Amino acid sequence: MTTGTFAPRPGAAPLPRMVLAQGLMEARLLLRNGEQLVLALVVPILLLVAGALAPGLSLGAQPRIDVLAPGVIALAVMSTAFTSLAIATAFERRYGVLKRLGASPLPRTGLLAGKVLAVLLVQALQLLLIVPVAWLLGWRPAVDATGIAAAVLMIVAGTSAFGALGLLMAGTLRAEATLAAANLVYLLLVAGGATLVPVEAYPAPIQPVVALLPSGALAEGLRHALGVEAGLAWGGIGIALGILAAWAVLAAVATARTFRWE
Amino acid sequence: MGELVVEVESLVVRYGRGRAAVTAVDGLSLTVVRATVTAILGPNGAGKTTTIETCEGYRRPQGGRVRVLGLDPVADRRALLPRLGVMLQEGGAWSGVRATEMLHHVARLHANPLDVDMLVQRLDLGSCGRTPYRRLSGGQKQRLSLAMAIVGRPELAFLDEPTAGLDPLARRATWELIEDLRRDGVSVVLTTHYMEEAERLADQVHVIDGGRVIASGSPAELTSRGAANSLRFRGPAGLDVRSLVAALPEGSRVREPAPGSYLVLGTIDPHLLATVTAWCASNGVLPDDLAVERHNLEDVFLELTGRKLQP
Repeated sequence: MTTGTFAPRPGAAPLPRMVLAQGLMEARLLLRNGEQLVLALVVPILLLVAGALAPGLSLGAQPRIDVLAPGVIALAVMSTAFTSLAIATAFERRYGVLKRLGASPLPRTGLLAGKVLAVLLVQALQLLLIVPVAWLLGWRPAVDATGIAAAVLMIVAGTSAFGALGLLMAGTLRAEATLAAANLVYLLLVAGGATLVPVEAYPAPIQPVVALLPSGALAEGLRHALGVEAGLAWGGIGIALGILAAWAVLAAVATARTFRWE
Repeated sequence: MGELVVEVESLVVRYGRGRAAVTAVDGLSLTVVRATVTAILGPNGAGKTTTIETCEGYRRPQGGRVRVLGLDPVADRRALLPRLGVMLQEGGAWSGVRATEMLHHVARLHANPLDVDMLVQRLDLGSCGRTPYRRLSGGQKQRLSLAMAIVGRPELAFLDEPTAGLDPLARRATWELIEDLRRDGVSVVLTTHYMEEAERLADQVHVIDGGRVIASGSPAELTSRGAANSLRFRGPAGLDVRSLVAALPEGSRVREPAPGSYLVLGTIDPHLLATVTAWCASNGVLPDDLAVERHNLEDVFLELTGRKLQP
C-alpha cells in the first residue's frame, strides 16, 4: 500500500450521514430556486391573507379562517411534496445528477430518504410561516396533543401520496413536460380538488369524486384534525388516511415499475 | 503482470430491441492491471462509453463476462461503487449548485475523502468555486467532474474523456494529476480520442472500433510492431514491384502512392531492409531517401481501420 496523497482509501460514509447530507443539499437547492420559493412560501401566504380578508367570500357555515388555514396547509404540503419534488427530480434526471449519484456510495433508498428529508424540512419551514400568519388572522383551532398528532399523520400520509405521484411524473416524463404538468395538476387540484373549498361545498353529484382525490382527502383530513370543535372526528380522519395510503401505494408501485434514471 | 482490476471478456451490449437494436459493443475483451493507466482509444461511436458504463454497472450486458475488482458490476453494484471513481462524459451536477459545494457534497458521501481544498487548488477551481454549475465553462465542468470522480479516494477511476474541451494548460494539469494517481496506486481507465493523450499517459492502450478491440499494447508496442511501420524510398517512377513483393515475407505490401515514391508495409526488420536493397541492386535502382518510419497511434489507427481517428 502506498501512502501518497491519492493512495486509495475507498469507502462509503455511514448511511445516516449520507442521507443527512443529501437532504440538506436538496433542501438548500430548493430554497435557492426563486420559482420554487414563490410556490412554497409566497403563494400559500398570499392565498391565506387574501382568502381571510377578501369581502363577501364564503367557505361554508364556519368562520372562513377555520376552513382556510387547514386548506392552505394542505396546499403547502402539495406544493412541496408534489410540484417541487417532481420538477427537481425531473431536472436531476435530465442533467445526469441521478446518474452520477447512482455511481456514488449513496444507495437508491438513501437518495429517496434524502428527498423525503428535504421535503419535510421545507414543509417545516412552510408551517413555521403559515401557522403564525393564520393565528394573526384569527385562527384559533381547538387542538390538543392528539389533534396535532393527527395533523402530523395527515401531513406524512399526504407527503407520501403526493411525493410518490411527483416521482411517478418525474421518472417518466421529460423535464419540460414535468415542469408544465406538475404546475398544471397542482393548480387544478387547488382550484377544483377540494383543497381550499371543502368537499361539502361542491355539488352533491361530484362530492364522492373530489373526496377521493388526494388533495380532497388531505385537506378534509386536516380540516377534521384541526377543527374548531373540541374532540376529533376520527371517522373522517381515518377515511382520509385510507384514501391517501391507497394513492401512496398505487403511485409507489407504478413509480417503482416505470421510473427511468436517465 | 500485476493483479487485474478489470476483466472484460467477449462483451456484447445492445441498445433497443428486435430489429431496431443497435449493437454498441460486439465481442469486446480487455483487461486492466492494478495501479496502471489504461487508455481506451477510438473514434466517436466506437463503444468506449458503453464499455466503461458497463464496467460501472449502468448497463446489463447482453453477452460476455465483466469483473471489476473481482465483482460483478450489476449484481455486486453496492459493494463495488464505493471503491470506484466515476467521471461521466457530461452532466452530473445540479444546475444551481456551486462548484465547490458540489465537490464537498460528493466528499461527504465517502468515508475518507480527499482534502477538497487541495483538489480545488490542483484543478484550478478556486476562481469559480462559488459559481453555479450552469454558468461554469465547459473546461471548468470537466475539471469539477474529474475532482468528483477522485475525491472519494477510489481504487479504480473510470474517466470518460477527461480532457475533452480543455485548453492545453488545463489538459497538462489533468495529465499530471492522472500520473500522480497512478504513482499513488490508483488504477485509472480513461477513454479518449486524442492519441497524444494515450501516448503520454497510458501504460496500456486498447484501440477500439466498431465495438471491438482491434489492437492492444503499450504505446511503444503498438507503434513499433511491424504492422505499424513502413519503409519509404524514392526511385524511378513505374518500377515493376511484383518481383519485390514476391521476395518479401508473406503479408508485406508495396505501394507507389505517388510516381517514384515507394512504400513498403509489413514487418520492417533488418532482414526485410536487406531484401529491399538487394532487389534495388538487382534492378539497378539507387534508392533515394530510404527511411524506416515509426508510426504514432494515429497512424496505427488509420492503418487498422482505413479511417482517421479524429474527424
